[in-house]
Amino acid sequence: MAKITLAKGLNAGIRKAMENDPKVLVMGEDVGKLGGVFRITDGLQKDFGEDRVIDSPLAESGILGTAVGMAMRGYRPVCEIQFDGFVYPAYDQIVSQVAKIHFRSQGKVTMPIVVRIPFGGGIGAVEHHSESPEAQFAHTPGLKVVACSNPVDGYWMIQQAIACDDPVIFLEPKRQYHADKAELDESTTPQPLFTSRVVREGSDLTLLAYGPMVKTAMASAEAAATEGKSIEVIDLRTLSPLDLAPVFASVRKTGRAVVAHEAHVNLGMGAEVASRITEACFYSLESPVLRVGGFDTPYPPSRIEEQWLPDLDRVLDAVDRSLAF
Amino acid sequence: MSEQSNFGPDLGEVFGPNHADGGPELVQLLTPEGERVEHPEFSFDLGDEAIKGFYRDMVLTRRIDTEATALQRHGELGIWAQLLGQEAAQIGSGRALRTQDFVFPTYREHGVAWCRDIDPLRLLGLFRGVDQGGWDPDDGNFGLYTIVIGAQTLHATGYAMGLQRDGVVGTGDQDRDAAVVAYFGDGASSQGDVNEAFIFAASYNAPVVFFCQNNQWAISEPIERQTRIPLYQRALGFGFPGVRVDGNDVLATYAVSQAALQRAREGQGPTLVEAYTYRMGAHTTTDDPTRYRLSEDLETWKLKDPIQRVKAYLTRNGLVDQAFFDEIETEAERLGEHLREGCRALPEPRVLDIFDYVYAEDTPELAEQKAGFAAYLDSFETTGAH
Ligand SMILES: Cc1ncc(C[n+]2csc(CCOP(=O)(O)OP(=O)(O)O)c2C)c(N)n1
Repeated sequence: MAKITLAKGLNAGIRKAMENDPKVLVMGEDVGKLGGVFRITDGLQKDFGEDRVIDSPLAESGILGTAVGMAMRGYRPVCEIQFDGFVYPAYDQIVSQVAKIHFRSQGKVTMPIVVRIPFGGGIGAVEHHSESPEAQFAHTPGLKVVACSNPVDGYWMIQQAIACDDPVIFLEPKRQYHADKAELDESTTPQPLFTSRVVREGSDLTLLAYGPMVKTAMASAEAAATEGKSIEVIDLRTLSPLDLAPVFASVRKTGRAVVAHEAHVNLGMGAEVASRITEACFYSLESPVLRVGGFDTPYPPSRIEEQWLPDLDRVLDAVDRSLAF
Repeated sequence: MSEQSNFGPDLGEVFGPNHADGGPELVQLLTPEGERVEHPEFSFDLGDEAIKGFYRDMVLTRRIDTEATALQRHGELGIWAQLLGQEAAQIGSGRALRTQDFVFPTYREHGVAWCRDIDPLRLLGLFRGVDQGGWDPDDGNFGLYTIVIGAQTLHATGYAMGLQRDGVVGTGDQDRDAAVVAYFGDGASSQGDVNEAFIFAASYNAPVVFFCQNNQWAISEPIERQTRIPLYQRALGFGFPGVRVDGNDVLATYAVSQAALQRAREGQGPTLVEAYTYRMGAHTTTDDPTRYRLSEDLETWKLKDPIQRVKAYLTRNGLVDQAFFDEIETEAERLGEHLREGCRALPEPRVLDIFDYVYAEDTPELAEQKAGFAAYLDSFETTGAH
């Protein structure tokens, strides 16, 4: 069994999907020779050729717009957006076209497109390189939105997303790309794509996170344990559709929930999750569901991003407030 | 297809072959060897004093670049976008500007910023992560750096449309008539925004100069990925003139920019200037060009260095003595020191301040969020720990 990083897991996953299905294509800026600025597509053009790993002109709307046509021709484009902040030139194509074509054609046309977006902050980058746009896509019917948090999930989830007949916005926590390694056992059967997962069991409070915040959530639970607080952590993994059955089960047990994400709190995923928990678990709740997230400002200059981003202290602060309610 | 199609003219005949060296259409007034040459349409109408000034500008600009690159290597900047090799394109066009003209830069226009009297220290803020543009665009008529590729070309066009409405275009008053320059790269030419900017500018005959530095690369993608014809020729399809200038020739970039700006100020509409140059450095300090391009190309372009040819011209013609170079070197040293010391002393941003810049008219919601965060931060001060 090999120990891999998230970058390697994604790379291996895309490779596997390309081997298994000749219709799978990779498209994006600098994805060819360079292997992408994060090297997620490293070596793929060399092995699969320029027809299947396409260095596109510098135009995101063009990438997604042509992906639509490719999909109509039976291909399965895996589009890379270089950084979160650069998805907006393609937003029109994604929201008005990719998301709606199946609906408009009454199911006759599918859009098996994956839009890979390195997202989140914490890498000391300049503006437009650290954003968390997930809610903008989760709010759009017709799109599915998932976020991986670790190398093994990266490996499986990207393959499952590529195999999915619906368009999938695939969010990759960029600061995790080359960080922690994990052991990949390819012989295991992966959990279905659109499911959440309890990653740490606990009894006092349910802590929900996805993408880059899963690591923070785990560290927070660890820290809380030293103070005798038992926290259950759930990696949401899928943001649209949400898989909340395990969350409801957990909250019915703990009576308390905190949702954490890097994205702005206002109208973020946390708002939806909190609302659904309240609707489903009202009589089990001991305190209001709390949200921890980025402030409602544009992403700040990187010298203060660590203060802006929800960290262990801010998560624990919410945990304490929930427990003290 | 074996048979020649009758569908319009043969593009090869219309546009000619795409020349790797810029081709015969390249406007050049100073050869790489430092010899002045004539061009039928464009001439350099300033004297040798101006050329000496350009030389100084280019040397100092290059110093800003090498100093910032070193600061990045020492961890003082998160990243730096180098302009190495593009000094002539930027100084030539930058010096053709009048005070009342307005500039919309990308993230690489450090030389143009220099011409607009922006303290180069201000440029470092974005790359150090202490701000997102440390200058007021109205000081020096120099917009903030724009990272989202191509977006600023539309802003430039809109600003130019504003100038038209203000009646400061085509009045014949040299001190009032104004124009706008939109800087962008060869990669950017593929963006919808840039093409829409061309349409708007043409449609309204807006006083804007589209100044494309074709440095041959958009990160790892060569120019061939963006265009099949020389970029400057695209302008024709949009309905305004385009010209390709030797981007490593400061005299030519000055002359061509000056002519294009003058057209704009006089109310004759937009021009596309393609400054044919080469990105001698990496895309940014995080890029590794050895993964995608040949070092031989770089060697070829080194022979066309924008600074060397001016130096050759100045020395060969006995226009300067050693003291001239020494003085500039001293000035460059001082500039380097200014950047090194100034960079470390750039004020750190304060996280609570960012709430104040989100809206022109504050909202109670955000004020509450700020107060809550302030109280949270205070709780650390009082308890010392969480
Ligand atoms: C909309 C958008 N997409 C992608 C990027 C990432 N990116 C930054 S610079 C760059 C290449 C730009 O090439 P070019 O326009 O030729 O300008 P150069 O950097 O060579 O000066 C890319 C793809 C971006 N900044 N904005």
